[in-house]
Amino acid sequence: MKPMLMIAWRSAWNRRSTLSLVVFSVALSTLLLLGFERIRTDVRDNFSQSVSGTDLIVGARTGSVQLMLYAVFRVGGATNNIRMDSLRDIAKHRAVDWVVPMSLGDSHRGFPVLATTKDYFSRFLYGDREALVLAQGRPFDGTLQGLYDAVIGAEVADALGYRLGQHLTLSHGSGAIPGGEHADKPFTVVGILARTGTPVDRTLHISLEAMEAIHLDWVGGAPMPGVKILPQDARKFDLAPKQVTAALIGLKNRVAVFAVQRAVADYPGEALMAVLPGVALDELWDVVGVGERALLGMSAMVAIVSLAGLIAVVLAGLNERRRELAVLRAVGAAPRHVLFMLAAEGGFVTLLGVGLGVMATVVMILAAGPWLQVRFGIGLKLAPPTPEQWLLLAAVVAAGFLASLVPGWRAYRMSLADGLSPKT
Amino acid sequence: MIDVRGLRFTWPGAERDCVAIDSLTVPDGSSLFLYGPSGCGKSTLLGLMAGVLLPSDGSVSLMGTAWSTLSGARRDAFRADHVGYIFQQFNLLPYLSLLDNVLLPCRFSAVRRERSAKDGASPTAAAQHLLRQVGLHESLWERPAAQLSVGQQQRVAAARALIGRPEVVIADEPTSALDAALRDGFMDLLLGECRASGSTLVFVSHDERLALRFDAQVSLAEINRAAVDGPRVGAAP
Repeated sequence: MKPMLMIAWRSAWNRRSTLSLVVFSVALSTLLLLGFERIRTDVRDNFSQSVSGTDLIVGARTGSVQLMLYAVFRVGGATNNIRMDSLRDIAKHRAVDWVVPMSLGDSHRGFPVLATTKDYFSRFLYGDREALVLAQGRPFDGTLQGLYDAVIGAEVADALGYRLGQHLTLSHGSGAIPGGEHADKPFTVVGILARTGTPVDRTLHISLEAMEAIHLDWVGGAPMPGVKILPQDARKFDLAPKQVTAALIGLKNRVAVFAVQRAVADYPGEALMAVLPGVALDELWDVVGVGERALLGMSAMVAIVSLAGLIAVVLAGLNERRRELAVLRAVGAAPRHVLFMLAAEGGFVTLLGVGLGVMATVVMILAAGPWLQVRFGIGLKLAPPTPEQWLLLAAVVAAGFLASLVPGWRAYRMSLADGLSPKT
Repeated sequence: MIDVRGLRFTWPGAERDCVAIDSLTVPDGSSLFLYGPSGCGKSTLLGLMAGVLLPSDGSVSLMGTAWSTLSGARRDAFRADHVGYIFQQFNLLPYLSLLDNVLLPCRFSAVRRERSAKDGASPTAAAQHLLRQVGLHESLWERPAAQLSVGQQQRVAAARALIGRPEVVIADEPTSALDAALRDGFMDLLLGECRASGSTLVFVSHDERLALRFDAQVSLAEINRAAVDGPRVGAAP
């Protein structure tokens, strides 16, 4: 077989322009497959890591998916609020490290408003336990002085073109009701968060006290007729919140998570529930996972199309080899020799292509990763291939290899007859 | 010796025979000129002689071995050991040097490798000797075959068919791409080298001017009953 290797190499070098096309095609297929699969995996990871470092999310008793939807994704609303007293009791549980209350319901030009404490900025983690980072400015400090301070997410800032110092007013509820504006109490943007790829990007953050302040002269979802409390006067009222929508809870020790969950569920004062964010996010992913299945379908389609293209390129090169294979057979090369030569070339070309494709994928992730993170909040990670990706790589290699054997099969069938009547 | 007995060959799907020859014998070391108009089954007969095609009926034997008694792999090996083949054109692998092209049969056949080593000091020496014999200067030997003229390529093909002294050399219109001057030179060296190595030569052409240089001449149109039966365009010259 050694002389065949020499001949195979010389032959391949002779056709290097065509073969480099094949290598390019294989590399492109690999890049597409790996890139697509990487994005699919990372979108899922991003989703399941919308919140991390939080052990439990507490809210009024409802479905766990619904609680996640409004507490993390700011979608839909809570059926019931929970009392601050209840949260204070829960905070006293010896396993509980911290509690960050959250109040939702208002909005600003379609973006949800989250009222919380200043602890939120240090306690809320996302992704691989990453903390929120302020791109500009500072968080609100929770003092009366900074009562009307707001910290906005990166997408809010981008979409609305807001900078530090921008004044804005909030709408009551989702902003659908005309006249439901808290126009009398404008806020000032004091901080803009760096992009996270989580719902935080779409959120405006104010303090719980500010939430109370803008609702002082409201009752039952409408301004009280005849009552008007000026913004500066609001500071004289007791602004300590009585009720909130939900709370994030961190534990001293994760082991206690089920004990605390049970304690919350058994809380005698009101009907509460606590969900484990990871579990609830997985449940939620099952609901919204149709999108992932669509991506998976597209991955499969990309795979089929690129493999078909690869086979087409290899087959297109077959005709220029017919005479060569006929000569080889005529000088005594047996079908197994010819097959070996084609297989060696096919294997080498495919592996080279896959190698280049993997390298291109790494370069793309390194080059485009930061941009994707900033632009779309998709954090592409440079990770060793997943089992699915290994499978895809194996499929590419197998397809390239098999495609290169097709000429071998045809050579076996007809190359000598071809050579004997070279006019055809 | 090539021996054809009661040969019938029909292409798959064809209604009538393509080749039907009752008897044809080519003695060892002799040269046979096979001529006839195109379409009379010349290439098919060569395919049968080289064991690429198997007869539908009857037998074709080389050195007493009928091709049809060998398995596919044995036929390949038998052909590599005992048959040198020259095509009409495109004989060479364009990316190999002249020398490597001539040496190709020695890479696949141990028999021809050993015999060529006996002829020269080594297969390479034998190849160099043959290249010199067919008039290709040493300065060309390491050139890729693609750089040669058609006439030079056919001479390399002849050298390759002859290396390791195969018992049978089959040439399928090897001069049709050559002009008159090149053709005569090529015929001289092919016949001379076959005689020198004792190879049986079967030479197919429609150019009957070459016929007299051979030991025997056979008109395929006359011995192939399938061709006589079929419609013929014009008369044989």
